[in-house]
Amino acid sequence: MTARYFGAAVRRNEDSRLLTGQALFIDDVELPGMLHAAFLRSQVAHARIRKIDVSKALRRPGVIAVYTAADLGAYWQAGPLLVPAPPIPGLIFNPRMQVPLAKDKVRHAGEPLAVVVAESRYIAEDALDDLLVDLDELPVVVELEPALATDAALVHDDVASNVASHAHQTKGDYRSAAAKAALVLKRRFHYEHGISSPIETRGVVAQWDARARHMTIWDTTQAPVFVRNGLAAILGLGERQVRVIAPFVGGGFGPKIMMFYPEEVTLPWIAMRLNRPVKWIEDRFEHFFATTHERGQIHDAEIALDRDGRILGVKDVFLHDTGAYNPYGLTVPLNSQCTLLGPYVIPAYDSTFTAVFTNLPIVTPYRGAGRQHGVFVIERLLDLAAHELKIDPTEIRRRNLIPPDAFPYRNEIIYQDFQPLEYDSGNYEPVLDKVLAAIGYDRFVRHEQPSLRAQGRCVGIGVACYVEGTGIGPYEGAKVQVQSNGKVSVATGVGTQGQGHFTSFAQIVADALGVDVRDVDIVTGDTDQFYWGAGTFASRGAVVAGNAVSAASQAVRNKALKLAAEAFECSEQDLVVADGKVSITGIPEKFIRLGELAQRANPMRGAVTPGTEPGLESTQYFGPAKGATANGVHAAVIEVDPETFDLKILKYVVVHDCGTVINPMILEGQIHGGVAQGIGNAFFEKLSFDEQGQLLNASLADYLLPTALDVPRMELDHTVTPSPLNPLGVKGAGEAGAIPVGAVFAQAIEDALQLKRRKVELNEIPLSPSRLFDLIRKGDT
Amino acid sequence: MPPERHDIALTVNGTAYRGSVESRMLLSDFLRHDLRLAGTHVGCEHGVCGACTVLLDGAPVRSCLMLAVQADGHALVTVEGLALDPERLHPIQQAMHDHHGLQCGYCTPGILMTMTAFLSENPSPSEDDIREALSGNLCRCTGYQNIVDAMLDAALTMRTSP
Repeated sequence: MTARYFGAAVRRNEDSRLLTGQALFIDDVELPGMLHAAFLRSQVAHARIRKIDVSKALRRPGVIAVYTAADLGAYWQAGPLLVPAPPIPGLIFNPRMQVPLAKDKVRHAGEPLAVVVAESRYIAEDALDDLLVDLDELPVVVELEPALATDAALVHDDVASNVASHAHQTKGDYRSAAAKAALVLKRRFHYEHGISSPIETRGVVAQWDARARHMTIWDTTQAPVFVRNGLAAILGLGERQVRVIAPFVGGGFGPKIMMFYPEEVTLPWIAMRLNRPVKWIEDRFEHFFATTHERGQIHDAEIALDRDGRILGVKDVFLHDTGAYNPYGLTVPLNSQCTLLGPYVIPAYDSTFTAVFTNLPIVTPYRGAGRQHGVFVIERLLDLAAHELKIDPTEIRRRNLIPPDAFPYRNEIIYQDFQPLEYDSGNYEPVLDKVLAAIGYDRFVRHEQPSLRAQGRCVGIGVACYVEGTGIGPYEGAKVQVQSNGKVSVATGVGTQGQGHFTSFAQIVADALGVDVRDVDIVTGDTDQFYWGAGTFASRGAVVAGNAVSAASQAVRNKALKLAAEAFECSEQDLVVADGKVSITGIPEKFIRLGELAQRANPMRGAVTPGTEPGLESTQYFGPAKGATANGVHAAVIEVDPETFDLKILKYVVVHDCGTVINPMILEGQIHGGVAQGIGNAFFEKLSFDEQGQLLNASLADYLLPTALDVPRMELDHTVTPSPLNPLGVKGAGEAGAIPVGAVFAQAIEDALQLKRRKVELNEIPLSPSRLFDLIRKGDT
Repeated sequence: MPPERHDIALTVNGTAYRGSVESRMLLSDFLRHDLRLAGTHVGCEHGVCGACTVLLDGAPVRSCLMLAVQADGHALVTVEGLALDPERLHPIQQAMHDHHGLQCGYCTPGILMTMTAFLSENPSPSEDDIREALSGNLCRCTGYQNIVDAMLDAALTMRTSP
C-alpha cells in the first residue's frame, strides 16, 4: 500500500458544494406545512415568575400555539448532566442543569420563558410582543467574589451557596518546595474568554411522521448521536424512531456541542403535538444569550523557583464563572487546572478551584476550553520570574522543558477524561528552537529592537509555550463500504463544522483501497447512516474517528483481497490494489474492479460459505486508552502606538507538533483560524455585563470579531512526534492555534512599552487599547 | 388587518421572477425562502458580517439590510449565478478551492460576491487592498490568510485569461 494521499495537501472534497451555494445548512431545510417558532426570553437576569399571559398572542392571525413551562407537563425536565464528576478526592459538585422553558424562576437574561409557533417567522416574532410577563425581580449575582459572600443572593435556592464545584488537586508537596525556593512570586490574574460566535447561529427543525411514528430532527449540533439518544428517551421513543441530522454546520468551536439547549428539546415536542414540521433559527441577538459562552477566571497563583530559574513548584487558587447552570460539569476549570502545567517539569503543584454560579448565560467549552486561562497564568509567572532572576524569558522556558526521554510524562492529577494526566509523547526543545529561529529572536533582541527604540518606536517580542490534551475517548466508529459503481461510501458518527473531514477521512480510505480520493464520499452527522459515536469536540475528530476510518478501510481492503484471491485462485500476496481494482502482480490485464467485487459479495442466488458476510464493507471502532498530547510555541513581534495603544502585529510564528499529519493544508487552516480567534480573545473580545447581568455589547457591531485587517500573515512550521496511543500516530490540532495567544500578547506588549520600568504588569486578558490606556495610566500615577 | 403586499418583478442570475411580498420582507428572506436560492446566507441580520452579500446591478449589497420591494426592477446575482456552469467554477471560486480559503463555508457566498465586485473594479489589487475590501466580511474559521492568497491568485487569473 502506498501513501498517495495521506500526508499530502489534498484539496477538499466538500468545497464545490460550499462554493456554489449547494450545501445544505439548517435554515435551508424547507418542508411542506412548516411552522416557525420564536422564543420569548427573559429581559432580566434573576426573577421569580409570577404569571405569563399568552391570550393576546393566541388571538393574533397566523399564530398556531403558544407554550410555557406549564404546558410541557411531564415533558418538562432539566437537561442531562453531560460530564459527570471526575474521580477527584474531596470534590464538591452541585450539578444544576438548564430547563426547556423557565418555570418558577429565571436565572439569566435570555433564558426562554415561552415559545410562539406561527405560520411565519415574522408573525411568530410579532407575537412575542403580545406576551405579558409578570416577574418579581431578585438581586443579581454577576461578579465572582461577591457571589461567594455569605449574604449573596442564591442562583439556585436548593444549593446552600453559589459554589457549583470545588476541586483541590496536588502533585508533590508545594509547601516544602516553596520553603527551599530562592524566589517565590505571587500575583493575581484575570482571564476572560468570550463567545465563539460562529457565522451561522444555531437552529433546529423537527418533523414528526405520525404514520411511521418517526421523528426527524435537523440540528446544528456537534454531537448528533447523543442528541438522538437523549431526545428519544425524553420523547418516549426508541432510538430507531429518531433520526438526527447535523447538516453542513457553519462553525461550531464548542458551544454547538452543548445539549440540550431549550430549543432542541421543545421543537420536537411541538412537532409531535401539532403534527407539523417546525423550524427555529436563532438570530444574532439571541445568540449572545442563548448560546453558551466561556468567559472568565480569577487566579491567585504563585511560583517557587531555584536560583537558576528551575521551577520547584506552583500553587494556584482560582475562581471560575460557570454561569446559571453547569451541565458541562468541571470540564473548563479542570482543563485550566491541568493545562497550567504546560510543557514544563513542575515537581510540586497545588491547585484549587471553585466554580461559581452566576446570573449569567451558561459557560461550556469554547475552542481551548479553559486551556487558555491556565497557559496564561504559567506563562506570565515565568515572565515575571525571568525578570526577577535576570534570565532571558525564552531561556527560563528552555531550562524547564520536559526532556524527550521523560515520556510518557506523568502529571498525576485527574484530567478531563477522568484519567491521571499523562503526556504520551513529545520533543519540546526543537519546537522552541524552530520558533526562535523563525522569529529571529536573537537578532531582534540584540539589533532590531535597540535600533527601533532609538527611532522612538515601541516594538516588543513575545514567546509562549503550551501543551494541548487532544483526542480523548471514549470512541468513534466508521463504516466503509464499496458500492457497486466502485465508489466508496464512508459513514461516521462525528459531526463536521468545517474541519475538512470529507477530505482527511477520504485520504485515509483512498490509500487503503487504491481509489481516487474524489471517489470517496463521506457522510457525517446523520444518525441513520451511522448509529454510534460521541461527537466532534476536544480536537478529537482526526484522532479518534480517523483511526476508526483507517481500521475499517483496512478491513475492507482485506476483504477485497480475499474475494479477489478466490476469484483468481491465487494467493493474496500476489495481488495489487490500485486504481479502483485488484489485479495480479505483473499481469495488469488480469484484474477485477472493486465495484464488481462488491456485487459478487452480494450474490442474488446460490449458496455461500456459512459465516460469510455480504457486501464489501466493514464497520470498525477506535477508542484510545487516553488522550494524545500535542504541543507548540507561538511567537510574535508587536508594535504598539504609545499614544493610542493601537497594536500592529509585525510578525507571527507558530511551530506545532500534532504528531503525524494527515493533510498539512487543512492543518494550517486550523492553526490560522485558531490564532485569529486567539487574537480576538487577546485584544478585544469581551462580554461586558453590567451589575444587573445585562450584556451591554450583544451585537457584532459592539462585540468585535477580528477582520482581515486585524489578523496578520502567519508563518507556520511543524515537528512530528507521532503519538504511540493510536495506529496513525496523530494528535489533535483544532484548538492549538487559539491557546497561547493571550500570553504572547501580554509579554510582547510589556516588552514593547518597557512596562517593567514603569512598574506596570499586564496580568489580564483581553488587553484592548482602552484597557491598556487605563492600566498604564494607573501604573504611571 | 392583513399586511400590505406588493407585486415585484426582478431578475436573479438572469432568470426573471415575479413575486408578491409583504412590505417588510427582507431581500435575504425573499431570495432564500421564496425563491429557494438558499446559497445566500444570513449571519447577523444587522449588516455587519457580510454573509448575505449579493450583487444588485453589479454592486455588492447586504441583502439583510434591504427589503425585497427595493429590489423591484433590478438585476441580482447570487452565489448560485457565479459558476460559469456547474462543472466550471468562476476563477474566484476556483482560487478559494485551490488555496483552502474556506472551512465551514458559511461566510463564503458573501465573500465570493464581495470580492467579485471588488476584483472587477480593481483587477490588480495589492494584499492591503484585498484586506481592506475583505474587512467588511467576517469569517470565524480561516483567519483570512488563505482567502487573501486566493484573491491575489484569482486576480492574476482574471487578468491573464479574461
